[in-house]
Amino acid sequence: MKFIDEYRDPQAAARLKREIERITTRPWTIMEICGGQTHAIVKNGIDLLLPENITLLHGPGCPVCVTSVELIDKAVTLASRPDIIFCSFGDMLRVPGTHKDLLSVKAEGGDVRMVYSPLDALKIARENSDRQVVFFGIGFETTAPANVAAILQARQTGLTNFSMLMAIVLVKPAMAALLSDPENRVQAFLAAGHVCAVTGYADYESLAATYHVPMVVTGFEPLDILQGIYMTIAQLEQGRVEVENQYTRAVRREGNLPAIRMIEKALMPVDRKWRGLDMIPASGLGLRPEYIEFDAERRFGLTEYETAESPICISGLILQGRKKPHDCPAFGTDCTPEHPLGATMVSSEGACAAYYRYRRTAIHP
Amino acid sequence: MTSSDGFSLNCPLQKSDYPYVLLAHGGGGRLMHRLIEDIFIPAFGSQELELRHDGARIDIGAANIVMTTDSYVVYPLFFPGGDIGSLAVNGTVNDLAMCGARPVALSAAFIIEEGFPVESLIRVAQSMRAAADAAGVRIVTGDTKVVDKGKGHGLFITTAGIGEVKSFRLIAPSSVMPGDVVLINGDVGRHGMAIMAAREGLEFETTIESDCAPLVEPVLKLLNAGIDIHCLRDLTRGGLATTLVEIADAAGVHISIEEKAIPVREEVRGACEILGFDPSYVANEGRFIAFLPARDADRALTILKECATDFAPALIGRVAERVPEGHPGLVTMTSVIGSERIVDMLSGEQLPRIC
Repeated sequence: MKFIDEYRDPQAAARLKREIERITTRPWTIMEICGGQTHAIVKNGIDLLLPENITLLHGPGCPVCVTSVELIDKAVTLASRPDIIFCSFGDMLRVPGTHKDLLSVKAEGGDVRMVYSPLDALKIARENSDRQVVFFGIGFETTAPANVAAILQARQTGLTNFSMLMAIVLVKPAMAALLSDPENRVQAFLAAGHVCAVTGYADYESLAATYHVPMVVTGFEPLDILQGIYMTIAQLEQGRVEVENQYTRAVRREGNLPAIRMIEKALMPVDRKWRGLDMIPASGLGLRPEYIEFDAERRFGLTEYETAESPICISGLILQGRKKPHDCPAFGTDCTPEHPLGATMVSSEGACAAYYRYRRTAIHP
Repeated sequence: MTSSDGFSLNCPLQKSDYPYVLLAHGGGGRLMHRLIEDIFIPAFGSQELELRHDGARIDIGAANIVMTTDSYVVYPLFFPGGDIGSLAVNGTVNDLAMCGARPVALSAAFIIEEGFPVESLIRVAQSMRAAADAAGVRIVTGDTKVVDKGKGHGLFITTAGIGEVKSFRLIAPSSVMPGDVVLINGDVGRHGMAIMAAREGLEFETTIESDCAPLVEPVLKLLNAGIDIHCLRDLTRGGLATTLVEIADAAGVHISIEEKAIPVREEVRGACEILGFDPSYVANEGRFIAFLPARDADRALTILKECATDFAPALIGRVAERVPEGHPGLVTMTSVIGSERIVDMLSGEQLPRIC
């Protein structure tokens, strides 16, 4: 397929592998931020192609994995109400909250619908004017513009039965939180290409300089990732600290300005809890006061929730890059994609699910 | 989940602790297999079920017959490349073919929701007749029930079929041998993506049509040519990957697949890329894999190519000589860039990714 096969060429992959081996003289630890990259790395066996002294850590860049239990419990509460149609992206339906997940709510009779876009939820709201429609607004900066588009349309058309459970998170504050941790092992980042397609990467330059950490904005195909890793190792080996752009076919330094303006029109930074990383100041996007009527927590009077998570699950440490999935005693036994204890086992972009699916056991023991 | 939910570190077994059936239990993945293994097989206790095949071979005196059944709940009822009627005939006919049998007769039971348009019922019935004629099978008995409005989804159909065994060997996972090649009769993922696009109103430059088709002709031609078929399985829900894992588990073998050898149409690949799906897990209704000795591979491929109109059969992998220690059964795939990975069943359904 055009624009895909070029980035999966085995000969080019072998050349990049040799180049990486040639320039690597020391051990390095690199974190890919985005869950989409984690999935591509494990699926294509990219980590197995790298020299032994290169360690890839899997970052917190899966929106399903980092959405707090409290927000999932709130989603379960809303979805269980008979007057509400609860709309969500499919991946989110299987994430365990304190007591249950959204698919179980559906099986018990809740009106939970899987949608592909917040605009689909808007359509459902128009067609069901006698019921309230709530959309679970999760994602990083990538999904924020579509969420705002839905809210602006709802305002424009005077829809009063549409609201959003806001769960959008921002990448840069999470990167800063990881880097400021005294136990941080990350020496360089592959920055998430899709997020940077919206935000650009000018903002990352101060972060790179402050923590002395090279970054390469990287795409999602096997060759993108190999080239991103090559560029990162080159910086590390040469002692350079820059924010470079491997994903030039999609990302500009200043980002997508109309999209940024749209986000800023309706949303503003708010403090947000992350699953595994706890509260990070200004790490989420919430509705501005002018649009607060579309906030589902406010509309339905949801307050602070007491939550409980599995005492065994180490997904927090995995999301921080401090542990790998097979370090967990429950991995593959008590915790499987059928019965996940934590979100990293649920989402197809979660590190545990990726390891379970492609690396459950060694192929050649 | 809290510790009061009752899991313990001491218990290595997974528990089937869903108090309700989820939609994911019908997705053809691990959850569905758990229903079959934990509830149905123990409850029914017949030796035919132990074979875990698409149909059961039963001996009645001198006659050797195969019997199978399947229900159809597809939505929308009409989709590019087929409808629930052609699906209900082809699906059951194909299960018989996968046991090396020539389909003889089908039954058809209808659960119709009050208010369903009679015109649509006529279309479905005519489509079933056309599919039955194409597969050389007769629909000989049936049943009709109507349920209250809101208690059905328009129309559900259940078909059962019997067929006459045409193979000398038992065609089943237990007959798979080390060294066997794995052939596929065409490209994967079309039916699932056609349904997805029709159901969700996704529009692509070219319409993706279902591959819904009877598989009797290619199977009987292979058998008539004296190809020593060890196992056949049609690729329905769960797709190619799930089917391979089912067979590897049931046969206790290591199947090794080349990712780049799996035929996938451009438009299907494109749709899968957009939604974050892996075509190997997407449903098909006119595709099967065949396990046979390597010496028969070329002849079998030639026959499959004669039966194919617009798609390319291919050799996609082999059964390894040994299963690595500690694996009951294993499927591995050499990725497009040359590394090897494990292929696993999905737990439920594939869900579109978020970003």
